[in-house]
Amino acid sequence: MTVWQLVIKEITRRKLNFASGLIAVTLAVAVLGGSMTILKLHDLRTGRIVAEKEKETKARMTVLEDDYRKIMKNLGFNLLIFPEGQRLSDFYAEDAVSAYMPETYATRLAEAKIVTIRHLLPTLEEKVRWPETKRTIILIGTRGEVPSLFRDAREPILVAVPKGRAVIGHQLAQDLGLKPGDRITLFGRAFTVSQCNEERGSKDDISLWIDLAQAQEMLNKQGRINAILALKCICAGNELALVRRDVAAVLPGVQVIEQGSKVLTRAEARDRAAREAADAIAAEVHNRRQLRDEQERVSAILVPLVLLVSALWIGLVFYTNVRERRSEIGILRALGARSATILGLFLTKALLMGLIGAVAGYIAGVLVGVSRQGGVIFALLEPRLMLLVLTSAVVLAVAASWVPAYYAAQQDPAEVLREE
Amino acid sequence: MTHLLRLEGVVKTYPKGNLRITALPPVDLTVGPGQFVALQGPSGSGKTTCLLIAGGLLRPDSGQVLVDGQDLYTMPRSRLAAFRARNIGFVFQQYHLIPYLTVFENILAPEAAGGRFGNESRAKALAEQFGLAHRLDHTPAELSSGEKQRTALARALLFSPKLVLADEVTGNLDHQNALGVLRHLRGYVETGGSVLLVTHDREIAAQADRVEYLPTSQTQPLEARQ
Ligand SMILES: Nc1ncnc2c1ncn2[C@@H]1O[C@H](COP(=O)(O)OP(=O)(O)O)[C@@H](O)[C@H]1O
Ligand SMILES: [Mg+2]
Repeated sequence: MTVWQLVIKEITRRKLNFASGLIAVTLAVAVLGGSMTILKLHDLRTGRIVAEKEKETKARMTVLEDDYRKIMKNLGFNLLIFPEGQRLSDFYAEDAVSAYMPETYATRLAEAKIVTIRHLLPTLEEKVRWPETKRTIILIGTRGEVPSLFRDAREPILVAVPKGRAVIGHQLAQDLGLKPGDRITLFGRAFTVSQCNEERGSKDDISLWIDLAQAQEMLNKQGRINAILALKCICAGNELALVRRDVAAVLPGVQVIEQGSKVLTRAEARDRAAREAADAIAAEVHNRRQLRDEQERVSAILVPLVLLVSALWIGLVFYTNVRERRSEIGILRALGARSATILGLFLTKALLMGLIGAVAGYIAGVLVGVSRQGGVIFALLEPRLMLLVLTSAVVLAVAASWVPAYYAAQQDPAEVLREE
Repeated sequence: MTHLLRLEGVVKTYPKGNLRITALPPVDLTVGPGQFVALQGPSGSGKTTCLLIAGGLLRPDSGQVLVDGQDLYTMPRSRLAAFRARNIGFVFQQYHLIPYLTVFENILAPEAAGGRFGNESRAKALAEQFGLAHRLDHTPAELSSGEKQRTALARALLFSPKLVLADEVTGNLDHQNALGVLRHLRGYVETGGSVLLVTHDREIAAQADRVEYLPTSQTQPLEARQ
């Protein structure tokens, strides 16, 4: 008959006392384990939600990126080169051009072999009143591409408008009921409509394109232009400064700006989408964080409270047990048990209570946690959580039983044994 | 060393306010090896006090207690406990059986206290000797008074101690059972053991080899000590 056997027999044959202590441990562990589980599951879900969002964003960004790349490939990057006197603010605000430069600038630029610039389109543009229809239009004189002397000829990016022909913006064509083949009169000259553009939603819709030389003549601006459109420049936005430097070296005084193009719009859309996605993820993370803080606050009150109540309960259970076993303690001492043996008798019981309560409470706590969060179980078999729960249960039971156990160990056997 | 138990000038008092109650007046007592000694006295005369002192469970105010030549109250506590486990058996009027253990387990209980194991066959032999063979798996609640006391006696004898201290062991028993227990004590003495039996019962005391008396008059006086 060892002390261990004595403990086991006492537990198994006086189930009620042990069970009532066990309930307290189980409760404490369930609340502790449950709280930890809820927090843990919360974190897991947060991770999953964010990962999903990120994946979604990535997929969307891939599409946008792809789109952007395609446009870049097709369009390149567009620059507008203006003469010295052009007030850029006027251009930005009203699309108004008012300064001029010689048409030869385009040729000089083409001959300068600036690697990044291709497709130079000199234009003359002016807002005029179309006397024959009494409408305000943008008259644009354009010629074919100025050939780059050092490069292979390639297909022209814009087909020049031949002499005597006109390309008409969408709004103009609509209002005047024009279609290709119709004849129009402009400043007393006859033109044949060669093309009506699709709607573009810009000033292009009230523009009219004719041959550059004819436009120069009509507007009395022979040999002059007010913009060179450089299309499909092979450079990114941040290299604009380099292009400016290159252009300035050839044509001192001109101004180079980046045309608000489809490319830019797409690039901006992409950046905006990325930003929005990042914001959405941050908001979600913040949201989840707040939820977690709330749960943590609840746990911070609930867990210590339950631990305290459980400790008192366990203490009471052991105190009752010690009182009930006074005679047993007395006779064991008379039979030669040292007070340490008596202490061990009760602490061993407490240890078992802690261990069994930990297992029961862990299962209960995990079930509660899982049912409240609807999460996964595998993460809860995490050894760190199990170890924490196990040690806290044992520490709780042993600490709570310590005072009654010590009281039992200090009990004077003579006191009990002399009782009649 | 002719005495197994020797009490010399042993006194025990308890404080009560400014006074001290004398629980045990000065006592000199000896029990030799293989002797059955009775200590007789009226209720409250200090018999139980004397027995607990003799068993190393209650330190006297003064005097000396020698068991098998060892001065009990000069030993360190843990050695005294071990000494008690090996050399002294106790039997009480209240039996003090452990309620959740069976008869067999109760007889083996000294193992848990004394840390010496493997006495199952000895326990069985004692149970048989004391007429408990059919009760081994019963709990104390299921036993008669006589069976309870015989179980307690068997438990006291598990490690074959040199000295058995018996406190009013017949107090709760009918005549038949009382005689039975006394016979078992006598049987133990005949194998070389020593017994100190305390009782208020003259008839029971008369069964011993020798009877010592605790005077009645000593029960009441309050002795002022500072
Ligand atoms: N712990 C104690 N405190 C105060 N008085 C005690 C204590 N133990 C015993 N006494 C007193 O000592 C006397 C002797 O008690 P006890 O040894 O039990 O007598 P007996 O066993 O002969 O009946 C009694 O009067 C009792 O009240
Ligand atoms: Mg008594």
